[in-house]
Amino acid sequence: MGTGVGTAAASSRRPILALVPRIRSRAVTALGILLLGLVAFWLVENAVHDIGQFGLVTLNGITNGSIYALVAIGYTLVYGILELINFAHGDVFSWGAMIAYSVAISWLGADNHSGIELFGILAVALLCAGAFCATLNVAVERVAYRRLRNAPRLAPLITAIGMSFVLSNAIAVVYGFNYVSSEPLLSRRALFTIEGQSYGWDKLIVLLITVPTLMSLMVVVKRTRWGKAMRATAQNRDAARLMGIDVDRAIAFAFGIGGALAGIGGFVYLVYFTQGRFDLGFQIGLFAFTAAVLGGIGNILGAALGGYLIGFIENYNSGLTWHAPGPSWTESLIFILLILILVFRPHGLLGEELSTRS
Amino acid sequence: MPPATRTRLERALLAVCFCTLALYPWLYSNYLSTTLTQWLPDTSTAFVILAFTVMGLGLNFVVGYAGLLDLGYVAFFAAGAYVAGWLASEQFANAGSVVFGGTVLPKTPGIHLSPWLVLLAAALFSALLGVVIGVPTLRLRGDYLAIVTLGFGEIIPQFVRNGDNLGGFNLTNGAFGMNGIDGLGFGNTVHHAIHTLPSNFLNELDSRWYYWTALALVVVTIVTSLLLRDSRLGRAWIAIREDEDAAAAMGVPLMRTKTLSYAIGAFFGGAAGAMITLQAGATSPDAFSLQVSIFVLCMVILGGIGNVWGVTLGGILLAYVNYKGLFAAGNTFNSTFGTNVDISQYAYLIYGVAIVLFMLVRPEGLIPSARRRAELVEEPEEENVGAEASPA
Repeated sequence: MGTGVGTAAASSRRPILALVPRIRSRAVTALGILLLGLVAFWLVENAVHDIGQFGLVTLNGITNGSIYALVAIGYTLVYGILELINFAHGDVFSWGAMIAYSVAISWLGADNHSGIELFGILAVALLCAGAFCATLNVAVERVAYRRLRNAPRLAPLITAIGMSFVLSNAIAVVYGFNYVSSEPLLSRRALFTIEGQSYGWDKLIVLLITVPTLMSLMVVVKRTRWGKAMRATAQNRDAARLMGIDVDRAIAFAFGIGGALAGIGGFVYLVYFTQGRFDLGFQIGLFAFTAAVLGGIGNILGAALGGYLIGFIENYNSGLTWHAPGPSWTESLIFILLILILVFRPHGLLGEELSTRS
Repeated sequence: MPPATRTRLERALLAVCFCTLALYPWLYSNYLSTTLTQWLPDTSTAFVILAFTVMGLGLNFVVGYAGLLDLGYVAFFAAGAYVAGWLASEQFANAGSVVFGGTVLPKTPGIHLSPWLVLLAAALFSALLGVVIGVPTLRLRGDYLAIVTLGFGEIIPQFVRNGDNLGGFNLTNGAFGMNGIDGLGFGNTVHHAIHTLPSNFLNELDSRWYYWTALALVVVTIVTSLLLRDSRLGRAWIAIREDEDAAAAMGVPLMRTKTLSYAIGAFFGGAAGAMITLQAGATSPDAFSLQVSIFVLCMVILGGIGNVWGVTLGGILLAYVNYKGLFAAGNTFNSTFGTNVDISQYAYLIYGVAIVLFMLVRPEGLIPSARRRAELVEEPEEENVGAEASPA
């Protein structure tokens, strides 16, 4: 019979055919290792070339990466639970920066204070930005996404894009289209110097805020009942509901946490860069989302790791002097990395292998 | 409504629409009162509206038919625009003078091909780019594909912006973009052939040329859409959109089918991009933002994903609002209330609110395709049974 012959022929060819993907994946692995080796060589060469610059750029990478990490976690939480790319998240971050500006500078006049007063003002601004953005993000979910939870995939995504336009342009209505900026709030006086490059309070405060925030986030997600409910909902919404979890509240909680982190990120951005504008969140949002995908979307630790990686890439690329493509290529590099990751390792660095859910 | 009468009614409506559009330049300049023309686009603006409609229809191949979410469609707009710049301007002046059937004088430095050839070349180049982008990425599903296309949509403008120094070679003129791009038209060929024509009849600067070319392209795109939709390929696209695994199990070659939808969508995006560039006579990297991709995507969503007539209507409507309606509304508002609000500043706020409201109230679009309407009506009930965990 024809089918029998065909099967025999296919099985006799199978060993060779079966090798093809293995050879291909080996080639990809080899290429990946080669690429990583080249990058490592480039970094070492740069470090030898100008160690001071390299150290400064590394510290800048940590600083920028902290902001990306804070924003990326909001993306990853929402995606993990709703499988929705919350395009509006970057603009929630912008609101954080603007609210921090309003509270710290317009309202409390942080630029005229110093010492303990200044830190008090900054703490108030931090809390206000975080609380505002948490509320804002929950409101966005309530107004725009909840009704579309069972709609086809495209509908909430488009709504998210619409919300992004609304939020960013609402900033323009309130604060205008130009930058708002202030004098440096924290003294740039060096805490220590490496080879003539100084590291000041303005950078240290970024880490002083980010690291405890991320730690307490891990505790909230891993240890509290709310965090547990959120993780259960992310795993299986129906099963979670059957176990008596209020799924709507768990989702709102995820949006609230994400929003709070974005607000803190916005505050940190304002303190470090001392300026803000309505479209601030667009690029930072894209980078942060890349970070979330890079780390393995749905994975909080991965998002933080991805954020720091993006921060390093950005700063190494624009700050190093020996054969760096330069700042005008940063965006391309980051997106090329994103594409490579998605094509060859879609579950990211720390993410688990996803089943072929469409 | 019985199908036969519906078809007849639709045909009549279609004929009226087409005739109105074809005669629009005359109607606009001769027969319409000023209060009405204040609200209507002039011929050049109408051209831009139609060109963007072509882009909407092109994206419909990808998003509407094959169900692949593309957030970087602007890449093909850019590709078409820059092909037009390369083949019809003085960009490569030091390569000598290559003039072929164009609207410029012989011996003009640079490459100047006939604009009709440029349109075709731009479309083909875009399609090729679509294949190049598509082959590695179309294996990805859903959101991941959206992100990758978004990435390409950001990379290509940046490449264009930095393309003035690629190893010392100036490919794209960088942030300045390209200027002095030739116009559309037959040059003096028509006048040489028919001497009795008045000298200003349909000369190359006449915006009506552009308008009718765009209209012809809209018609070509619509016809292609309809023919392909009912072809084997079109059915394969729709099968993939409905259920990729089932389609693969039924023997639909996934990669080839998806790549074809991407390439065909890119083809029309490139043509539209080239046309807009030929009319504007210039192009610059600033024109290729994510907003354009979203704008075109909104045409598809607003009109009704997968429905050619819906997308055409959505395209014309949105482009009209963007290029004329909003200004007209702003002017009317200001003159009525004596205010001085620049409403175009808040265009994206208005669009954002509109998108959100529209998705909440009528997610299936103005004229949804019958199949999608059925999906949208039935789906929630099915989901409540327990398939909710994986909203497909």
